[in-house]
Amino acid sequence: MVARAIWKGELKLGSTKIPVKLYSGVVDRTVRFHILDDKHLMRVKQHMVSPDSGEEVAKEEIQKGYEIEPGKFVVVTDEELEELEPKPSREIEIAEFVPPEAISQQWYERPYYLGPDGEAKNYFALVDALKKRNREGIAHWVMRNKAYVGALRAEGDYLMLVTLRNAEEVISAKDLPRPAGRTPTQKELNMAKQLVELLEEAEFNAKDYKDEYRKRVMEFIEKKARGKAPRLQAVKSKRKVSALDSVLEKSLRTLRKEKRAA
Amino acid sequence: MPVNLFPANKSSRAPLRMLSSEGEPLARRYYSEKTERDLDADEMVRGYEIKKGKYIVVTDDELERMAPEKTRDIDLKRFVPAGSIPPVYFERGYFLTPDKGSEKAYKLLAETMEKGNKAGLATFVMRGKEYLVSIFAEYGILRAETMRFPDELRSPADVGLPKKIKVAPTMVRKFEKLISGKSKKQMSARNLEDEQTERLLKLVKKKSAHRKNVVEVETEKRAEGNVIDIMAVLKKSLAGKG
Repeated sequence: MVARAIWKGELKLGSTKIPVKLYSGVVDRTVRFHILDDKHLMRVKQHMVSPDSGEEVAKEEIQKGYEIEPGKFVVVTDEELEELEPKPSREIEIAEFVPPEAISQQWYERPYYLGPDGEAKNYFALVDALKKRNREGIAHWVMRNKAYVGALRAEGDYLMLVTLRNAEEVISAKDLPRPAGRTPTQKELNMAKQLVELLEEAEFNAKDYKDEYRKRVMEFIEKKARGKAPRLQAVKSKRKVSALDSVLEKSLRTLRKEKRAA
Repeated sequence: MPVNLFPANKSSRAPLRMLSSEGEPLARRYYSEKTERDLDADEMVRGYEIKKGKYIVVTDDELERMAPEKTRDIDLKRFVPAGSIPPVYFERGYFLTPDKGSEKAYKLLAETMEKGNKAGLATFVMRGKEYLVSIFAEYGILRAETMRFPDELRSPADVGLPKKIKVAPTMVRKFEKLISGKSKKQMSARNLEDEQTERLLKLVKKKSAHRKNVVEVETEKRAEGNVIDIMAVLKKSLAGKG
């Protein structure tokens, strides 16, 4: 099955324009619940009410406002908001290229595939060039009345655009104070380093990770639908905190044993 | 090692509120279609639609009990080089701050990971959902990035992308030259500016200077809770006063 493209455009690189189609890179597998009213087991509806009177306010009467100080709003009309929208465009512009490590994980938001639209030679040539240079392009484009910034990267044989968050949406650890507490001793640091090295793998292996819980929830729902809800064990807690040194030493001993046995 | 979780992402800084024609901030309420009455939180349940219009109710308690004991903690059992995780996996960031009594272990782990440029990987269940997270250390602070599971990402074959074709080396070199010419060590900050929000703020400023369309209500009457200053909360928690 071929997925439907959600947008069509041109990737602009110097004087070359590469026609591309954009596809979602994700599949939603969340177990989706609906909110029901508990008497009738029917889906609830939403509306806007005056918190004072509890009375419903009709959609046509609702206006939008920006709060400039507590309790004080500047009303903005839909026409004004429309004027703030970026100009429609079919172009993906590349502002610059950077090494992948220049973009912190914090910025990445949502991946999309770009596929060639028609002639594909330039498309695959760009994939190879990005790989050879080990660079990501910083791309700007307008889609559905919204301006996007994204990282253009080669993923396998194809191009991907991963949208990036705006500066206002990311808190950097640089702007936070260092955590309180005493500095670790050299002995502790050495032990911790050994521990991490014992647990280290050469690279991230996606296939090692599965959402087991999602499967459990679905199985539970299906059993419940057949009228045979399984009994679930109550949750017990809490754990105790042990002294750091003894925990570290114990973990190291166990791990070394496991390695030897393997 | 008990830790606290705080979001490392904020939503856009110019949220617009819904107001009545008199300028009163409105509240969103759920109501029953049958009785047309607003519902309190304890009058609503969560249901999975097993077939059209038929729902299986699942309670918070059941969701919590479905998670095996060992999956309720973040169990860091694997470490990888920090740069080895493709960016398509990352979803949202959370800062971890040490809870009482775990400051020592926290600092030790953060320093070890930061020095070695390592990321830790773990899965755990929280509030009815299993999370795959990678943990990074930066400026002495641990940060968890929630990640998509591999089956939540499409492959090029799923999308139906065409097979790679051979291209002339001269074409590749043309793009390589172009890339080199536009390469920088760091991303310029202006790439991450939200121009649409900037324009909105400018408009708001202009209108308020001209006292145009400004509405005021008594602050006691405000519908929804105060906006939490996440930075202040984070700073307090890192100082051990959380």
